[in-house]
Amino acid sequence: MTHLNFGQVRFENVGKNYGDFTAIPDLNLVIEPGQLVTLLGPSGCGKTTTLRMIAGLETPTSGRIMIGGQDVTRLPPNERDVSMVFQSYALFPHMSVLENVKYGLESSGLKNAEELAFKGLDLVGLREKAPRLPSELSGGQQQRVAVARALVLEPQVLLLDEPLSNLDARLRRLVRTEIREIQQRLDFTAVYVTHDQEEALAVSDRIVVMRDGRIEQDGTPFELYESPASEFIADFIGEANILDCDISSIVEDSAHIAIGDAKYLLRNRNHSVGKAKLAARANSIKLNKENTTGLTGKIKSAAYLGDHFQYEVLSDLGDLFVIDNETNHQLENGTTVGIDFDVRGLALIGGKK
Amino acid sequence: MTNENRRLDLALICGVLGLFILPWFHIRSGFFGGEWIHDLLSNPRYWPGFFQLYLGKLQLLPVFALVGTVGFLRQKAAPGRRGSLIAMIGAMGLAWMVIQGLSIGLRGWNWDLLTATFGSIEGQPAFGAGAIFLLLSFAGFISFGLAEKGALKGDAIVLSAVTLLILLVVTFVFYPILSMFAGAFQDFRGNFTTEGVMRNITDPQIWKLSCLAGGSCGIAWRTMFLAICTAAGSTTLGLAFALIVTRTNMPFRKGLRLLSILPIITPPFVIGLALTLMMGRTGFVTESIEAATGLELGRWIYGLPGIWLAQMLSFTPISFLVLVGVVEGISPSLEEASQTMRSGRWRTFRKVSLPLMAPGLANAFLIGFIESMADFGNPMVLGGNGGVLSTEIFFAVVGAQSDPSRAAVLATILLIFTLSAFFAQRVWLGKRNFATVTGKGDGGRYAKLPKRIAIPVGTVVAFWSLFTVAVYGLILFGGFVKVWGLDHSVTLDHYITAFAVSFEGGFSFTGVAWNSFWTTMWIALAAAPLTAAVGILSAWLIVRQDFPGKSAFEFGLMMSFAIPGTVIGISYILAFNLPPLQMTGTALILIFCFVFRNMPVGVRGGVAAMSQLDKNLDEASLTLGANSARTLKKVILPLLRPAIQAALVYSFVRAITSISAVIFLVSAKYNMATAYVVGLVENGEYGVAIAYSSVLIFVMITVIVGFQLIVGERKLRRPENKTKKSPREGKLKEVAA
Repeated sequence: MTHLNFGQVRFENVGKNYGDFTAIPDLNLVIEPGQLVTLLGPSGCGKTTTLRMIAGLETPTSGRIMIGGQDVTRLPPNERDVSMVFQSYALFPHMSVLENVKYGLESSGLKNAEELAFKGLDLVGLREKAPRLPSELSGGQQQRVAVARALVLEPQVLLLDEPLSNLDARLRRLVRTEIREIQQRLDFTAVYVTHDQEEALAVSDRIVVMRDGRIEQDGTPFELYESPASEFIADFIGEANILDCDISSIVEDSAHIAIGDAKYLLRNRNHSVGKAKLAARANSIKLNKENTTGLTGKIKSAAYLGDHFQYEVLSDLGDLFVIDNETNHQLENGTTVGIDFDVRGLALIGGKK
Repeated sequence: MTNENRRLDLALICGVLGLFILPWFHIRSGFFGGEWIHDLLSNPRYWPGFFQLYLGKLQLLPVFALVGTVGFLRQKAAPGRRGSLIAMIGAMGLAWMVIQGLSIGLRGWNWDLLTATFGSIEGQPAFGAGAIFLLLSFAGFISFGLAEKGALKGDAIVLSAVTLLILLVVTFVFYPILSMFAGAFQDFRGNFTTEGVMRNITDPQIWKLSCLAGGSCGIAWRTMFLAICTAAGSTTLGLAFALIVTRTNMPFRKGLRLLSILPIITPPFVIGLALTLMMGRTGFVTESIEAATGLELGRWIYGLPGIWLAQMLSFTPISFLVLVGVVEGISPSLEEASQTMRSGRWRTFRKVSLPLMAPGLANAFLIGFIESMADFGNPMVLGGNGGVLSTEIFFAVVGAQSDPSRAAVLATILLIFTLSAFFAQRVWLGKRNFATVTGKGDGGRYAKLPKRIAIPVGTVVAFWSLFTVAVYGLILFGGFVKVWGLDHSVTLDHYITAFAVSFEGGFSFTGVAWNSFWTTMWIALAAAPLTAAVGILSAWLIVRQDFPGKSAFEFGLMMSFAIPGTVIGISYILAFNLPPLQMTGTALILIFCFVFRNMPVGVRGGVAAMSQLDKNLDEASLTLGANSARTLKKVILPLLRPAIQAALVYSFVRAITSISAVIFLVSAKYNMATAYVVGLVENGEYGVAIAYSSVLIFVMITVIVGFQLIVGERKLRRPENKTKKSPREGKLKEVAA
């Protein structure tokens, strides 16, 4: 049933309580067709609950959920046109890889289930593993079987619940590009849950950051990074130092701001003159041993991480977390350093879009 | 959207079948016999509900109205809107069926008050196939109505399962117990009276305390005293065995583990039987002692000491099984830590090991207590003149002075004892739960027992093992001896009497035992899959589904462990002897009794196995478009196969060895092996009884070993299977714990 809204997911005033505990108070969200939208947030923020409500594994306490323009709020999971990749993969241990991939196709009563299943395995490059049991595959291969199993059903929406968390760092990068590539090629809607901001930035068309069951900010990766709506976002996406500043004047698109005595010109996002907060990325703070005239600080601790140094700096602005890509020399603890900012790493927090 | 209507149609068809096609009332010759079909037209008793209404059974009017309303809603209302209404109609229908069924008995109103209010009414027989179908139909309305409302994620299959199970548990666990309480307050004609209760509750036979002054005490006190002695003794011995097996290098200690299989395969009265052969009046032990000392021992084995000895032999293995788990559960590193802190083995054992075992010991004690209270077989054989509660209940029903009220009162007292023990255990254990099994790798080794404990304990264990072996050897041997105590010549007579076959005029089973043997086999075979099904289904609901009343449901199941078989037997008689449900004397009541008596074991096994399965597996299956039924069939059941097989074997074996509940429910037509053997013992035919028991034990060993081989083979083929716990042993531990 091709539909105008095919692949769209819509939450309308959805609430979810577990007994006295309110997991999600009131959620309104539209996920547009063909997009990969990531639900991002710390554990317990309600992102997984939101995903499971799309799947039908949780029933909302109030409000309604539409998939492809159809109200599915009361529909059991097996009658919804979605499929899901689980964090633990949830491959059936007693079935071969092929049987696993075929399972959903057979549930839907398709006649050419086997043929489609092999196509699905081709998609992830695991055709030759078809007769194996899941336990005989490596973690990465199991993960790809789980993706193939969900994809062969050609659902309106594919749900991925922290699909990479059981892989090691290297594999994680590889598989996430693969998932993104398949998603863009086949052009389906995908909802992706993760708590890893780097992963979210890498794969998403859009990121929905959640906190305590509410949407904290919703935008493209660029928007989230460049104009964080709150201190929480600024800190959660790309670890920033939150600093006080004064906006002295606003001229159209530019805001003149001052951090202590230092003055900078930043992009304005509907801020007004007065006190404000800004996010300073760790790598935008430049430390200088020679020039200690303006803002200064003292090195509290230093760590060598191969391609960069990490410093903790005590300053008048508070404790600063600094990444220095200059690895030739290390600043000793107790050294007094001058502090300067690279404007490209500064962003005013809040304001309106 | 046709899905909602399709399943609703199913419930409606069920209702129509029940109201218009099937005979509404109970058929005495048996519904499955089919004889009633010949008389269908001539005998209005066999007519369906619709014609019964026509014949003046106006109490059926409301159910027609309710079913009709649902039919109307099916046509006119959209699924989203009618859900609550349909569920409500289902509930009303069930309620009305219960009310009218309980109010109108065979001879009209069951209570005088109703007669006075509404005038007299024609009586009605018990529910028949038609009524049962209608009840199912109402249950369907409730489940499907709630599903349309979106309860439990709108899963009609889960809702149906929950509704059905709750109905079954209420009907076959709670209703009988309530009937028993009610039975205490009724006279022979079913009228309310407190006379029986007052007479029995104050009966000095039950409560007198004259043993303190040198006389004999009431049954209640004797039973409790016996239970405490048995519990204390079997716990001590069980601990001794557990320590020897895990913490010494004693020879043959691996073989001791075989002990744990004994209580499962031994019909409960067999130990008592063997003891009479050994130490009864003509027993060889008695005779040799009398010959050596010249003392007159007489009938000392009959009475509390004999019962106690038999129960010790029967229940020590159970206690051993529990305590091996407890002893092994103590992390060796704790003991090693204690030893590194300058404590010797003795101090470590006293200060660390023993306190950690305390909850396990309490658990074993209470299991021994409950088992002893519930034991029927041994007191039956060895009780002599001084019985205990469970046998007294039996004699109150079948004895010369048949007194159902007395039986009900005694059963209630017994139930109160065991349930108090059960609750005491819950409360006590709730406060002290030292879980020392952490799941972390623990490389340590168990500290060996200090010598000054190991030697005496080892001696006791060795002695007791020899005693147990002697008793079981006697069971095997006793069947081949002509007349025990008088003529010890070897003979096959007893086996021939019991299991002879004849080829004259075609093959036939002529032995006296065959009849009850085959009945036992087919009833056990019929009950086993049902038990496993109900048990695993309950386990699935408990672990995987969330429904209101779940904790009460779970608690009720666990509690039924503590209901003695005798109490179940008497309560089934009182509940299912009269309308609305009449099943006494049928095979059905035996099957239901086994199913609900053994179900908790299936539930425990299922819960344990299912907790090991990742919940995401079910969810994955659901999101892949499979409904709950397909998920169960394709994913959960295959992964639970070891647990299911264990439940099957266990319930089969339990059905064969069970006596306490069964003895109330057997009939001439459906006699069970155990009941038959007890009859033989009562008639003094020990040889045949022993021969029959040996055959039963042999059959059960064959079944268990065969099962073990099948499971073992499967494991070889798929070593990476997720559930790798040895299912039978795991099961046994579950049972015992």
